[in-house]
Amino acid sequence: MTLKRISVIITICFFAIGLLVGQANALEGSYKVGAVFSVTGRASFLGDPEKKTVEMLAEKINATGGIKGKKLELVIYDDEGDATKCNLAVEKLITRDKVCAVIGPSLSGPSLAVISVAEKYETPLVSCAASYKIVYDEKTGKPYKWVFKTPQSDSMAVEAIYTHLKNRGINKIAIMSVTSGFGASGRSELIRLAPEFNMNIVADEKYGPKDTDMTAQLTKIKGVAPAAIVNWSIGPTQVTVTRNWRDLGMAGITLYQSHGFGSRKNIELASGAAEGVFCPLGACNIAELLPANHLQKSVTMDYMKNYMAKHNEPLSSFGGHSWDALMLVVDALKSVGCDKAAIRNYIENQKGFVGQHGLFSFSPDDHNGLTKDAFKMVIVKGDDWALVD
Amino acid sequence: MEKITLASQLLQYFITGLTVGSVYAMVAVGFNIIYNVTEIINFAQGEFVMLGGLIMVFLHVAMGLSLILAFPATIVLVTLIGILIDRLAIRPIRCPSVLTLIIATIAVSIIIKGTASFIWGKNPFDLPAFSGRNPINILGAVIQPQYFWVIGFLVVTAVALSIFFDRTIMGKAMSACADNPNAASLVGINVKQMVLLSFALSAAIGAVAGITITPISLMEYDRGAMLAVKGFGAAILGGLGSFPGAILGGLIMGSIESFGAGLISSGYKDAFALIVLLVILFFKPSGLMGSVEISRIKRF
Amino acid sequence: MLRIAKLPIAVFALFIIVFPWIARQIPVIEHYTNIMVFVGIYCLITIGLSLLMGYAGQISIGHAAFFGIGAYVSGILTAKYGMNAWACMVIGMAIAAVVAALVGAPSLKLKGHYLAMATIAFGIIVFIIFNEEIEWTGGPDGMSGIPGLSLFGFEFNSVKRYYYLVWGFVLAVFIFTVNVIQSGTGRALRAIHASEPAASAMGVDVFRFKILVFVYSAVLASLAGSFYAHYLNFINPSTFDLFFSVKLLIMIALGGMHSIWGAIVGTGLITFLSNEWLRYFEEFEIIVYGAILLFVTVLLPDGLAGVPGVVKGWFRKQVSDER
Repeated sequence: MTLKRISVIITICFFAIGLLVGQANALEGSYKVGAVFSVTGRASFLGDPEKKTVEMLAEKINATGGIKGKKLELVIYDDEGDATKCNLAVEKLITRDKVCAVIGPSLSGPSLAVISVAEKYETPLVSCAASYKIVYDEKTGKPYKWVFKTPQSDSMAVEAIYTHLKNRGINKIAIMSVTSGFGASGRSELIRLAPEFNMNIVADEKYGPKDTDMTAQLTKIKGVAPAAIVNWSIGPTQVTVTRNWRDLGMAGITLYQSHGFGSRKNIELASGAAEGVFCPLGACNIAELLPANHLQKSVTMDYMKNYMAKHNEPLSSFGGHSWDALMLVVDALKSVGCDKAAIRNYIENQKGFVGQHGLFSFSPDDHNGLTKDAFKMVIVKGDDWALVD
Repeated sequence: MEKITLASQLLQYFITGLTVGSVYAMVAVGFNIIYNVTEIINFAQGEFVMLGGLIMVFLHVAMGLSLILAFPATIVLVTLIGILIDRLAIRPIRCPSVLTLIIATIAVSIIIKGTASFIWGKNPFDLPAFSGRNPINILGAVIQPQYFWVIGFLVVTAVALSIFFDRTIMGKAMSACADNPNAASLVGINVKQMVLLSFALSAAIGAVAGITITPISLMEYDRGAMLAVKGFGAAILGGLGSFPGAILGGLIMGSIESFGAGLISSGYKDAFALIVLLVILFFKPSGLMGSVEISRIKRF
Repeated sequence: MLRIAKLPIAVFALFIIVFPWIARQIPVIEHYTNIMVFVGIYCLITIGLSLLMGYAGQISIGHAAFFGIGAYVSGILTAKYGMNAWACMVIGMAIAAVVAALVGAPSLKLKGHYLAMATIAFGIIVFIIFNEEIEWTGGPDGMSGIPGLSLFGFEFNSVKRYYYLVWGFVLAVFIFTVNVIQSGTGRALRAIHASEPAASAMGVDVFRFKILVFVYSAVLASLAGSFYAHYLNFINPSTFDLFFSVKLLIMIALGGMHSIWGAIVGTGLITFLSNEWLRYFEEFEIIVYGAILLFVTVLLPDGLAGVPGVVKGWFRKQVSDER
């Protein structure tokens, strides 16, 4: 009985709505750059500032004459932190929107899920996610041809923290991590690099990204009395950890946070509990603290002022990753125009590019372009960071 | 610093478990109130908790209302939202089946979550603790005063509900609906009104849970779903429809998570609670304190 | 809706065959073929679930776990051990079947919400395992490097080829399931849905049938998982979380519980809504999605498959009013 009507419904669904909403109108004489961020969903704290940042940049670029007289047209999709959606979005950006290059996604999982798409369609992709696997093909031991990433690898943050611990003469530590991609990746690097720095990990605790209380994990750590705790998480849980740590009277055990702690919002939310917490940060989080002759001083100050003026919220480190990604692509577009292979070669040979998170120098063996110098250790003092030497 | 003794550790796990469990218990009680009258599981229950926390932050922190005023005001606002849900989403459904109603509550939870992210953004918010943040030391375990507020409000809620159900006409009418809705409507109880009341009540309890937990764990727009799942687990563990069961279930779930994380493996702590839940269900299919007779009458 | 005629299936098959060609003619929907691959993959799950939920009346909010089991078995065995992809698919289905039988045997004795919670718990436990067993699964970051599918040297390496592969399987599964529904088994299932005591009084082995359907739906979900893994060449746990199980439930409810056609329509609609059509609302997407869901549930309690009935009823009413 349902034959005709259902086929009618299907047809209407596919064509009518598809045609109605699917009108894509390409601007003549513009450079199209695609972007996929987790604007909503579980990783919206990444995608939200990333999207705001690139929109702000595009506005500014177009207001000041565009790229060699052509407008920069951003096509931004939201992957909601979902690998399937991300895959569909990138494929669509490349095949339908015909973009010159893609920036994003925000998360490591979705980034890994679209490597094969970028490779298949030979389109440069500059990811804003941290995992080293994004730019390291286990089969060849080299980076994937078309894929780059701007955030520092977790190993760099771990090295910065371990170096600091070692200098303080600490080697008995506990680690804590959130059971998301960010936490798991940090945890595996913490464990992998521990022998190199002579670190003895006496406790390895985890918690869920939506957990309300980490007292149990910290109590267990208290029981084994390490000299320091390294916590690797993102979002509200790292604030809860900081507070529980303070409440439990564990201030004698130094707390190290990951670079995910890089927003003054977190200090504020911890309401005093974060005093004395160490964390490694990229230049863009500590723009005011940088000496005037620092190479990144002007770009980071510029970005910070513009962002805070426009959005009236503290800067997080994540917007900086999309700043770096977009400006790398824009820089390439300025030189070589919309030629995918040329853009790829241009980025691969980019040296000393001054970004928000460091000085990028890419090579055929390094599609990240940063070294561990990209991180500076800071300590929370009052409601701000202070540089640690 | 001095080493913490095992006894103090166990006490710490226990109190943490009770606190987290109290929140689950309040969510579970909210599930039960609606379930008893309608037989549906209101998956928007967790959103009430989220709204309670965020509206409280708005009134208390942003608007500067005092705690004493903001607390009831928040509860009233969330209760109104609960009433709206019944009016706009539940009542209009014609010839509802249980599954249709559940899907409707899922839709509502999606809408509330989306609206909350639009209003408050995606960042977490903090609420000052009710009586400061100076921890209390009991036998080596360190306890935030806010923990007592959470546990205390669970007790208050439980007492208030038992008075309501045992001593007031309206409460007795609701209990009647729970025991046998057909018979209840035969004796002249307006079942539709009771459905409305059940949504209002469980929204209010959700709000209380949200307000009391926010100073401990912060609150952001997408926290609701996980709380709903944990609360649902607690309600099932205790036996759907049973209030003592819900409270017991919540406290058990919270304690297993806390002890599991502390003593065995923190990565698998959520799994422990669920495995215990499954094992109990396999031996006692209607939960710890659920009544087999009542579950026979229910369609679902 | 016990009888399902052959003609609609033929029309549907024809539509599926010509769809990529049509999509290619219209540039704005060219990428729809890619989305349709996912619709096909999800349809494999929802067809089985529809049999379980709509016909046998059992609820499951844990099928993302079986989807994940298929994906991870295929992913691990092919990427880490280089085994034949098709053999892995079968192994995945076998493992899913065993797990389903083990979990189903005690769970399916539960009723209603208790069964729902038991399946939720099962789903979350499996999800936690995917996250925690990093050695095997790669943890929350997921595992990449899963090879594509090929058969006798023919590579399913383009969207179109994979599309026909997946939809070929969907049609086969669909026809098989329809045959099941029209057989004695189908009648037994519907009897169970109507009343378990009555069915059992009439000599239906209620428990065995429930487990059988549960296992069948789990096997299909596992098959879908294998296809997903080989198509994306990458899997991570968040694809297989509780929200995906809820999404499957929504697909079935939206399409109409009591019809396999409903499952397919619902799957297509939800997949397109959440991946394509609602993108234009940006920040409001999730609100619009919820609102559409609510409207459909309020206005069409029987789902989209109930539309013809509603239209017919409305039409009859108009006619009788005029008289």
